[in-house]
Amino acid sequence: MPKFYYEDFTPGKTVEHGPRLITREEIIAFAAQYDPQPMHLDEEAGRNSMLGGLGASGWHTCAIMMRMICDAFLLESSSMGAASVDEVQWLRPIRPGDRLTLRCHFLEGRASRSRPEMGIVQVRHELYNAHGDHVMTMLAPQMLRRRNPGTPS
Amino acid sequence: MMRFFDDIRIGDKVAIGSHLFTAEEIKTFAAQYDPQPFHLDERLAQQSHFGALVASGWHTAALWMRNMVAYRKREADAMRRRGEPVPVIGPSPGFKEMRWSKPVFAGDTISFTTEAIETRVSKTRPEWGLVRLLNSGTNQDGVQVITFVSTAFIERRDKTPL
Repeated sequence: MPKFYYEDFTPGKTVEHGPRLITREEIIAFAAQYDPQPMHLDEEAGRNSMLGGLGASGWHTCAIMMRMICDAFLLESSSMGAASVDEVQWLRPIRPGDRLTLRCHFLEGRASRSRPEMGIVQVRHELYNAHGDHVMTMLAPQMLRRRNPGTPS
Repeated sequence: MMRFFDDIRIGDKVAIGSHLFTAEEIKTFAAQYDPQPFHLDERLAQQSHFGALVASGWHTAALWMRNMVAYRKREADAMRRRGEPVPVIGPSPGFKEMRWSKPVFAGDTISFTTEAIETRVSKTRPEWGLVRLLNSGTNQDGVQVITFVSTAFIERRDKTPL
């Protein structure tokens, strides 16, 4: 049984998770498989790029954020997945040795009109490094099963 | 788009490649990055609203990227063989409007495209142009499964500030 349902993610609620250490090995392993651009694979190529040093693929950062969201609350929730992301901003490079902290801000929620068992909560997810620099933002609606399906929200 | 910023025209669209999603790799990606039951286990996925194992949307997006990098490399190699200069592609500041409009199931083959929809010269870095791309993935039945609008820095041939 899920611990958290749609109704538990009220506007103004925040969840924090981390820090999670990012290693050189995983930056290079992800890039080699999914985004083999030199700036994500090699220190010197990174230095010669706009990143100014080896930096994680933005898609790797998205995947890491997803895992942190899973561990922060999603796996204990009645998640029905997500069908869209409104916006992702990669604000600063993510480096080997960074320790990332996730902050999720729950914004407005609404009951699904077509699916009475489902509610949709808008969430702003933010990643910070150990210096407190804001490195990534994602704005996305999360679909969750309702504890009380079909009742007007 | 594997061209200098100056040579990119709005409406330019290319097929960048395709990928067959196997159950094994769907589960491997999910175990590491998105361990929700419907991405991780056939039996649990059957009991979910998806009805079968589905790829994480981030897995689908990552394979768009892999196909994009491979496409650019093929194009760059061909340009070098012809003795042409090859433009530098910079990092992306982000994307918007990602839609996972239909699930990607094990056994699906997704074909990816990219299309230039907006171009402008960077105000702060005049040696670069910013190109907005509409990217998509379509399955073997012609059904769109992913679209998003990304931004990329692409080197200008003419580097004079506007």
